[in-house]
Amino acid sequence: MSDFASLLVGFQTALSTYHVALMIGGVLLGILVGVLPGLGAPNGVSLLLPLTFSMDPVSAIILLSSMYWGALFGGSTTSILFNIPGEPSSVATTFDGYPMAKAGKPTEALATAFSAAGFGALVGVVLVTLLANSIAGIALRFSSPEYFAVYLLAFCSFIGMGSGHPLKTAAALLIGLSLAAVGMDTVSGEMRLTFGYDPLVKGVTFLVAVIGLFGIGEILITVEQGLKFDGIHAKIDLATVFRTMAGMPRYWLALVRSTLIGCWMGITPGGPTAASFMSYGVARRFSRRPERFGSGEPEGIISPEAADHSAGVSALLPMLALGVPGSATAAVMMGGLMIWGLQPGPMLFTEQHDFVWGLIASMYLANVVAVILVLATVPLFSAILRVPFSIIGPLIVVVCLTGAYTVSNSMFDVVLALIFGVVGYVFKKLDYPIAPLVLAMVLGDKAEDAFRQSMILSNGSLGIFWSTAIAGTLTTLAFALALWPLLSRLIGWMSARRVPV
Amino acid sequence: MRSPVAAALAVASLGALGAGFTATSASADWQPNRPVEFVVASGPGGGTDQFARLVQSIIQKHELMAVPVIVSNKGGGAGSEAFVYGKGADGDPTKVVFGTNNEWLLPLVTKMGYASSDLRPVASMAVDEFILWTNSEAPYQTAAEFIESARKQNGGMKVAGSQSKDTDQILVRRLEKATGVKFTYVPFKSGGEAAVQLAGAHVEANTNNPQENVGQWKAGKVRPLCVFSSKRLAYKEPVADGKSWADIPTCVEAGIPLDTYQMPRTVWLPKGTSDEQVAFYAAVMDKVRQTPEWKDWLARTSQSEAFVTGPAFADAIKQDETKNRAQFAEDGWLVN
Repeated sequence: MSDFASLLVGFQTALSTYHVALMIGGVLLGILVGVLPGLGAPNGVSLLLPLTFSMDPVSAIILLSSMYWGALFGGSTTSILFNIPGEPSSVATTFDGYPMAKAGKPTEALATAFSAAGFGALVGVVLVTLLANSIAGIALRFSSPEYFAVYLLAFCSFIGMGSGHPLKTAAALLIGLSLAAVGMDTVSGEMRLTFGYDPLVKGVTFLVAVIGLFGIGEILITVEQGLKFDGIHAKIDLATVFRTMAGMPRYWLALVRSTLIGCWMGITPGGPTAASFMSYGVARRFSRRPERFGSGEPEGIISPEAADHSAGVSALLPMLALGVPGSATAAVMMGGLMIWGLQPGPMLFTEQHDFVWGLIASMYLANVVAVILVLATVPLFSAILRVPFSIIGPLIVVVCLTGAYTVSNSMFDVVLALIFGVVGYVFKKLDYPIAPLVLAMVLGDKAEDAFRQSMILSNGSLGIFWSTAIAGTLTTLAFALALWPLLSRLIGWMSARRVPV
Repeated sequence: MRSPVAAALAVASLGALGAGFTATSASADWQPNRPVEFVVASGPGGGTDQFARLVQSIIQKHELMAVPVIVSNKGGGAGSEAFVYGKGADGDPTKVVFGTNNEWLLPLVTKMGYASSDLRPVASMAVDEFILWTNSEAPYQTAAEFIESARKQNGGMKVAGSQSKDTDQILVRRLEKATGVKFTYVPFKSGGEAAVQLAGAHVEANTNNPQENVGQWKAGKVRPLCVFSSKRLAYKEPVADGKSWADIPTCVEAGIPLDTYQMPRTVWLPKGTSDEQVAFYAAVMDKVRQTPEWKDWLARTSQSEAFVTGPAFADAIKQDETKNRAQFAEDGWLVN
């Protein structure tokens, strides 16, 4: 059966009234858990898992994956409105999304984010459809050196980000790397930086740090500024949403570039978080007005959102085909697969043909449903910002702290979130950038593991990073990006000298 | 479809009975009157997580307990987070911890916030098997040829597995001692990752559980060489290239003097709980393992039935701990 015919059969499965109802329900629940920081997609999906035990596998995966798409969109909402990313992959959205919302344009910011995300997701699904049968082969070529090269590229495309002092950026980066090292080390099997204190054994949870750094830190700043955050008075209606959507084609270059980065990072298992950071970094680097990034530039919202969603969507199938989950949510879904009696792995595509194509077809529909639903809720969520700070402030604190607690039901995490709140405040006051710290926390641990595994594989030779075409290209590209300011100056200097001759 | 599996299972369970099975009397004087928390010593999606969630779904479906059950993952620090949590819940009979042999092995190799004796053993419900796998493009067809090739490479042969000082590396160390051959051990986050690395031919071998590699075996990417068990696996249905699990020779048959290496699926209660409380959960688990859903899961994941509880389980732990303590001391891993 050709792929197109399979897809049509898949649509037949996905378009039943029952499945469409599951999609809408899943997306709505997903938006809800995505909006509440800390609850997040992994917890939401595990809460729903027992419900699916009695379902048909196709229905079960449609419900869970729809919830996942919904949660991805919901996570962007809080990033933009409150500077609190609901998922690691929506951290980069805060950089420009929050300033734009704060400047009185929350409707525009949300609509821009959701349109870009929707575009990325749909391109991702199309790509998945075209590549469904060969997708596992691409990822099999990835080993530790390739992974390290991907992370290096993400770091390098981000270097020089923000207008901060280079030394301050380095300090933030190193603090992030140290935080990522806390807990059990995979390569040596030893505990690191736990100081014999039991709660630290599980490491510093990224979401808890982010809730503190962004959420609580922001509240402290606002409080100090004399509670001037008294809500915005911009007109909030659906017309603004449509106007913003109509303006999207202007940013076609950013959209296409970010989607390409996202799809590529999704299929080669780099993941949505690395994709969104990389895309943001690249967008800023090649923008004609990089100085506007960080203060509400639409391209700064479009780039991470399109990359995040196209990576999230295109990563789901390789995950199922390899049996290695790329995110906590995917891990829960994969556990579900086993309980429903399916075996994730390369044979899933031939043995469970109807299941896979039903899932692919549902990805088209669920993402369309999700975009329509989130765009419809934009005026509602934007209106939250009209509420005076004296009311919304305490609520945000409550939501943040409950969120920190629910990540792993631990009181220690609540204390940690408060400590990170103070750290976030101090960082802001002393003009240290938070972004490098967050990036190092997310990717530092993985990059370190990949580097040390590569060294074990190569017996200590750095040449391994140029030993395959993929790793070599990526590593060279990473160095080129890191040295780009130098290179471009050099090229400029050379051409300037050539002119008189 | 079901009957050959069931027959194979019956054979497997008869075999396992000899290992030291003690029936628990279902004298349930005590019963939980509050919701019970199943604490999983692994992140979501792993083998231990599936184990706990399956037990939860069976209890729910067959109404084996009168109170609701919730599952929570505490997989930090290679699962030690769950055991530390169990220690903190001293005397609380509504916290049931699910793990493997890591409960007593982790404190030997790393400074941990708990000791093995901080938890009471309830039951060991099944054992997962380990198989020596190689990439299907590799020239060696048998375990003997593989060992010979490794001997020639003198430490250059790369074996992938999960985190350092965990089950896979312990097994590779035993393999080195049994054969006198050196390997390079490359630690990854999980058996799933080790499976992908082998399928992509980035390493030469791994020692994954059947279920972690079965997908790649069916896809023709990897080949099983031998199983680390005293007898062959019981599942006779063909899996890939006309071979079944039962066709894989044991490592002893293949010429490697390493008898048995298995990973038990274990259930624990906090210290300070009463004998009746332990007996209650042992009786529930005994009912769980007799359900078709449980047997189905074992067959699907090619694990072997081996239900042990009470003093027999405690003895088995003590024996295994002594054996590993000696090996860890030799390797300089021992910290306690």
